[in-house]
Amino acid sequence: MPFIMLIYYIISAYILAMLIWNFIKEKKSVNDMLLYLLVMVPFILRLLRVK
Amino acid sequence: MPKQWKIKVILILIVSALVITAGIQLYKHRHFRMALAAGAGVNKVTMLSDYCSGLKGTMADTHVFFLEGKEPGGKMLILANTHSNEPASLLAALIFLENAVVEKGTLIIIPQFNNSAGRNTRPGDGYPLYFEIQTSWGAKKFRMGNRDASPLDQWPDPDVYVHYPDKQLLSFLDIRNTNRTWPGRPNGALMEKVTYAAMELMRTEKVDMAVDIHGAETMFPVTNCIVAPEKAMRIATMTSLTLKAREGFDNHVEPSPSGFRGLSHREIGDFSDTLPFLLEAPLPFLDQPTGPKTVKLLLDGKDPFLLGLAKKNKLFVPYDESGWPMENRVGQHCSAVLELLRQFSRKSPDRSIRVKNVPRYAGIVKNGVGYYYHNPAIINKKDLYFN
Repeated sequence: MPFIMLIYYIISAYILAMLIWNFIKEKKSVNDMLLYLLVMVPFILRLLRVK
Repeated sequence: MPKQWKIKVILILIVSALVITAGIQLYKHRHFRMALAAGAGVNKVTMLSDYCSGLKGTMADTHVFFLEGKEPGGKMLILANTHSNEPASLLAALIFLENAVVEKGTLIIIPQFNNSAGRNTRPGDGYPLYFEIQTSWGAKKFRMGNRDASPLDQWPDPDVYVHYPDKQLLSFLDIRNTNRTWPGRPNGALMEKVTYAAMELMRTEKVDMAVDIHGAETMFPVTNCIVAPEKAMRIATMTSLTLKAREGFDNHVEPSPSGFRGLSHREIGDFSDTLPFLLEAPLPFLDQPTGPKTVKLLLDGKDPFLLGLAKKNKLFVPYDESGWPMENRVGQHCSAVLELLRQFSRKSPDRSIRVKNVPRYAGIVKNGVGYYYHNPAIINKKDLYFN
């Protein structure tokens, strides 16, 4: 795997971790919960390499 | 369980259901096997990866069909689906593939040049995943692709695409566009390998002419035309004049700009002895100010918004209630390719190419595109290729 690709995967994992953290911490806004979940989708697919 | 967690679980279930439902459709589209029927004229089939090993085992690899005549002569390469959302190119290439019989010289056909883009879509524009062409034996189903290769096959995109070898700065997206990655390189991005393989094919096989078939918006000036560089201009001009005089449709000539890099009509000519031509036929489906991007719009090219713009002279092609049907576009491409062959053969008799059994514009408009396709169910299995 090229170095740049490795960096991209690390960035994806970091952003996904932040999204999960925000989703867990969110207590009131259903809109925000939904938004976090939807934004997570491409990062999960990329990390799991689902094609 | 606290109320907020009940809501979260419900949301996770809803989002998962949506993602899985859509994911299954996209997975099926990406892996849909499209039957390519090799006609009686085909006598050799190879893969593009034979010319660049880096393509082997990837979704970018694709079939290359050779139709060789009994008499030696010149060679022409037909590239279709360089942009897989311009399907008249594929349909025209398949008419050649299934019907052409080469008497002299060689035709080389790559019906799905950007195979990865053919497995991509544009959900944000509401692209249909498939379209069908009616034939006498039923409907022939095709995958509808996208302009650029799938990010599943080539990722990540750069912030700015630096073209090789000219170092011209292009849009990041164009690194997945096989009409911006010419002449390519063997160790570059996947689409650079695709164009490099085609360049190697042309150099190895000593191809005389390459025709890259496209479709373009009616609101874009480079439409309904033949694009050619300086060295191919004479043949393009004679072809355009002859088509207008004999077959009655416009196909003006556009010069290939020398300062805009990565395009087939520029780089093929600059990096090989092959004469490149790019054909454009109007494709209302690609215009921005249209109604929904439906299969009907793709096939008949009828749109009320474009009609309104045509009345205000905002389009670069004639447009009325009859739209711009697929038959007309495919017919134009077939006639233009045949005429390019004829003009080249007149200019270079020692390298002439003679092809028969391919219909021209009037025949395709009259009979429809599906009339020229054979039923894969009754074709010998060894002549069927799935891409």
